Amino acid sequence: MWWSEKYEPVIGLEVHAQLLTRSKAFCGCSTKFGDSPNSNVCPICLGMPGVLPVLNKQVVNFTIRMGLATHCTIAPISIFARKNYFYPDLPKGYQISQYEEPICQNGWVEIELKNGVRKKIGITRIHMEEDAGKSIHEIDIDTYVDANRCGVPLIEIVSEPDMRSPEEAYHYLVTIRQLVTYLGICDGNMEEGSLRCDANVSVRLKGEKKLGTKVEVKNMNSFRFVERALQYEIERQVEALERGDEITQETMLWDANRGICVPMRSKEEAHDYRYFPDPDLVPVVVSEAWIEEVRRELPELPLEKRDRYIREYKIPQYDADVLTSEYEIANYFERVIKHLTHRTEEAYKLVSNWTMGDVLRVVNETHVSMENFPVEPQRLAEMVDLLVDGTISSKIAKEVFEEMLTSKETPRCIIERKGLMQINDPGVIGKVLDEILTRHAQQVEAYRSGKTQVFGFFVGETMKAMKGKANPKIVNELLKHKLQS
Amino acid sequence: MSVTLKDVEYIAELARLEFSDEEKKMLTSELNQILEYMEQLNQVKTDTIEPLSHVLDLSNVFREDLVQPGISTEEALKNAPSATEEFFRVPKVLGEK
Repeated sequence: MWWSEKYEPVIGLEVHAQLLTRSKAFCGCSTKFGDSPNSNVCPICLGMPGVLPVLNKQVVNFTIRMGLATHCTIAPISIFARKNYFYPDLPKGYQISQYEEPICQNGWVEIELKNGVRKKIGITRIHMEEDAGKSIHEIDIDTYVDANRCGVPLIEIVSEPDMRSPEEAYHYLVTIRQLVTYLGICDGNMEEGSLRCDANVSVRLKGEKKLGTKVEVKNMNSFRFVERALQYEIERQVEALERGDEITQETMLWDANRGICVPMRSKEEAHDYRYFPDPDLVPVVVSEAWIEEVRRELPELPLEKRDRYIREYKIPQYDADVLTSEYEIANYFERVIKHLTHRTEEAYKLVSNWTMGDVLRVVNETHVSMENFPVEPQRLAEMVDLLVDGTISSKIAKEVFEEMLTSKETPRCIIERKGLMQINDPGVIGKVLDEILTRHAQQVEAYRSGKTQVFGFFVGETMKAMKGKANPKIVNELLKHKLQS
Repeated sequence: MSVTLKDVEYIAELARLEFSDEEKKMLTSELNQILEYMEQLNQVKTDTIEPLSHVLDLSNVFREDLVQPGISTEEALKNAPSATEEFFRVPKVLGEK
């Protein structure tokens, strides 16, 4: 960037993650996504007078999980507050949230940038709150409100202003997504809104200690938008400063269609939420014993998993990084490993190669989820076993894999039906080799007189003649022997 | 600490309430009386007392994460001033929250 010699951006992110509980935060209504509008509602989440919210214990468990995974201090006592504002999708006129005493504080996560450099990003706080409903503006001139999402539990993860580039913000968000999905507390789907991100952005002259005026950027509902929106906003601020303008503290909305940030139309006092302790909810007291219970049940986190892969399966760090980058990929890889008969390093590396290569390629091309990947772990494991014991060659494996994408047959069935079994019999291969060597006497002469590069030509001809089914190792050995004799 | 007419107008705006000039004047004086009473309470020494966040001596009242039936869509929309078969209907919302 032309400005990066002179200016330094300062970015902090607020991430909202929808928790994967079955019922809402303060009532028993279902949290299911996509049900018909206003069908998962009750007097509590609709904000009827005289009702009493009761906290879902799982919300606390999930939040402590995230707190522990991000090295936060878990508050022994925390309370809920009312955040007051008027909006049609907020029936009560306030959102139940935490303000002065959030449950988690002072943590950090480590992010890894593209060049392998690691950086710690501070977590200011993580608190529990409830979601608002959904407003739909597109149907006609009125606004339509669906209250199904009212009261669905969220955690808000607030970072320190520790990020210095859109790239760092991107990697931070990827890390947060990785954590919540590994912890099983959020599905991490940004497009469906299960994970939402707002940013606070300011710029300052390099070397300046004081922070510039910050602008809030909202509505960045995909990973790529976060990077692009921040890029845009940083440049807008730099250009304003270069002109000698002052930055106004305001809220901007990212407009993905136009690729720009537009100021939000709202009244100044909209930010006066008049927080106060919610008298309907009693304090949450978290004992050491409770924290330990949650800690014991923490699943293996991305870095631990990566180290174990390197240790246990002897795969390179690069492989381990790719495989653990997303919970779903790691899960698929491990399920394939579980179904292997040949439990060798060679087999593990093959599973790694196939998962990182063809499996992820198809996932990216077809946007199918790992969970619904057409080649189930069991079938991929069987294919790798057949590769390891030499029943098929890697070339044939490609064909079997492609076939499995559209058929439900096992690799063994496909091989038999299509006659793809690898030929390992030196007698059969030798006969084909003899024919080829006789047919290409000239090239044989060339080889014997020192032009050894024609070796590959013979291998190719043999494979062609045997429709790729010959065991390449045996072809190589026999060929070498025959040419030298 | 005293409440001015401006404060009353600001709070009224936040609460989406409209008052006549006379009512605003009355509210200003009433709110000031309440605050004066609070000032009186402020004279009590409270340095050694933990702030109270809840009047009941209770903590950790939870429910298990179980889905319980709510009410029907029809019932939910029954009292709404305006609704379709499935949605609450409100005047167009301009701007964002």
